[in-house]
Amino acid sequence: MSPALLPEVWRISDFRWETPQTFSLSCEKPEVQTRVQTLNPFRPGQFNMLYVFGVGEVPISISGSPENTSAQIHTIRKVGAVTNALAELKPGQSLGIRGPFGSAWPLHKAKGKDLVIVAGGLGLAPVRPVIYAALAMRSEIRSLTLLYGARQHAEILYADELLSWQTGAEIAVHITLDQATQSWQGRVGVVTSLIQAQDLDADRTLALICGPEIMMRYSAHTFLEKGLKPEQIYVSLERNMQCAVGFCGHCQYGPHFICKDGPVFRYDKVQSLLNTREV
Amino acid sequence: MQTEVVLLQRLHLDLLLSQLQAAGYQTVGPVVRDQAIVYDRIQSTADLPMGIGDIQGKGSYRLRSRDDAALFGYVVGPQAWKKYLYPPRQLLMRAEQNSRGLQITAPDQEVPKYAMIGVRGCELKAIQIQDRVFLEGPYSDDFYRERREQIFILAVNCTEPGNTCFCVSMEAGPAAGPGYDLAITEMLETAEPCYLARAGSAKGAELLKHCNPSHAPATLLEKENALWTAAAAQMGRSLNPEQASAALKSGYESTHWKDVGERCLSCSNCTLVCPTCFCSGVQEVTDLAGTSSERWREWDSCFSLNFTLTAGRPIRQSPGARYRQWISHKLAFWQDQFDQSGCVGCGRCITWCPVGIDLTSEIEALNALQTKT
Repeated sequence: MSPALLPEVWRISDFRWETPQTFSLSCEKPEVQTRVQTLNPFRPGQFNMLYVFGVGEVPISISGSPENTSAQIHTIRKVGAVTNALAELKPGQSLGIRGPFGSAWPLHKAKGKDLVIVAGGLGLAPVRPVIYAALAMRSEIRSLTLLYGARQHAEILYADELLSWQTGAEIAVHITLDQATQSWQGRVGVVTSLIQAQDLDADRTLALICGPEIMMRYSAHTFLEKGLKPEQIYVSLERNMQCAVGFCGHCQYGPHFICKDGPVFRYDKVQSLLNTREV
Repeated sequence: MQTEVVLLQRLHLDLLLSQLQAAGYQTVGPVVRDQAIVYDRIQSTADLPMGIGDIQGKGSYRLRSRDDAALFGYVVGPQAWKKYLYPPRQLLMRAEQNSRGLQITAPDQEVPKYAMIGVRGCELKAIQIQDRVFLEGPYSDDFYRERREQIFILAVNCTEPGNTCFCVSMEAGPAAGPGYDLAITEMLETAEPCYLARAGSAKGAELLKHCNPSHAPATLLEKENALWTAAAAQMGRSLNPEQASAALKSGYESTHWKDVGERCLSCSNCTLVCPTCFCSGVQEVTDLAGTSSERWREWDSCFSLNFTLTAGRPIRQSPGARYRQWISHKLAFWQDQFDQSGCVGCGRCITWCPVGIDLTSEIEALNALQTKT
């Protein structure tokens, strides 16, 4: 049977909690260790279907570096039966993986441009691979900025990595929280306020947005107000998915299948749908 | 190439059936069960619904006795042929977890070889529409492909369309094809019907040869042509596919969907009887010991609330939004996705809707609302 439909058996090589409800699974393919096969290459923005024995399958974006050829990382929030079961897995245990599937962030369009990446909450996970890839070709990109919004201090994802990026000179990182406690000395407010505070050269900007739908809608709207055209903005969408290959019908979004036409869409392709309820 | 038309008698049809069976086919066709015409295994023409017709309307289906010996004198029933190519339940994979770790295997299943007897034009078109979904995208569905590759299709041209039919609008009938192996037209000239037959494939031509048939007389061919013309003029419904698509796109946020939502029961009947609806869900079935698990694919419906469950919350919460999704997908978005309409005009969704919602009337209502505003 086609490997797109039948999961391969992979092994958990590392498990770490990122926030109280969110964890990262590093997965490696046993055959790669014995040099029988290479790791399935992926493009930033793509996702895998993760299978837990006896429980089921869920689509999860790949959140590690595309240059990591030994393991693929998935950052997952506990929300349902399968993600709760994934949270119980320990290093050394096995899971099933199919993938990668779907469209990717158009990083090639960032050459010579100002690349602005906006992430909300867990939306930082699907854009982390494109940040790694942008850093790897940093000299070809005019400027690189990450605008990140989280609900609370404890929910900031990849905090150590954000800090190390903030102290470096290759990427500008701005973080804002919806609710601040005494532990937070930084900015407070919605992520769109970070976009507003940016001094953008509208003609030379490429914006990639990932987060809750309402956050992406308002962020895209703010970029439009700043003079960007819808064609300069990309978003990553999420829907129920059971097959990942365009057969099960669950992820339909107007004329699109999120699994094969998305999850990354140019904003003008989905602009009117994003402004409609119950699509 | 001019296809030769030959004349068959009922005994020839029986000969065809036994030849197909000898060639390893399971012959499946229309039979009467539970006061409806459904598709099931047939051995000979004696199993066919002889002298049985049907009366269909919005939310209504009744069998009736005909005053002739027609074997194919009915319009389509509640079942579509998709149940043979894309079964309602399909085992996708098996998983074992034991001391040796996790193993995942593809199911090793015998692929049934079906000869479908009595496929209408609309149904043949529906099969071709599902072909595009399951075979012609970036991925191909192996389960569908294995079955599809070895079916034999005996089509029956339609001469008596029903009250809910509009295949002419969808360019799917009343005459079937192309895409069949054999096509027949039932001619009710005499007490015992006779059949005009055409081969559409080498397999079909080979089978016909064994019947040693006679050439069809020109007078019968003229009558057949007249029957098709009459059938095309007798459609109970009509729909303009381009107008429907445009109305659905411009009326996507119409208040009309709330109105439909108040009538629609979200029962999923329309999606189950539809010959092109292809949505499915998966079920994980584990044994009691917890060491082996099976993954099953089952027909699902965009009318169920949990169909759009995303991060713990259903997206399409109102029945109106779910009806909008179904009809917009069928008549508008399908064209964006697969370059053709998802509707063949078979009328099943109208007949089998328990509250008589008629998609052609809904398009008219949507059009009327838009012209008014």
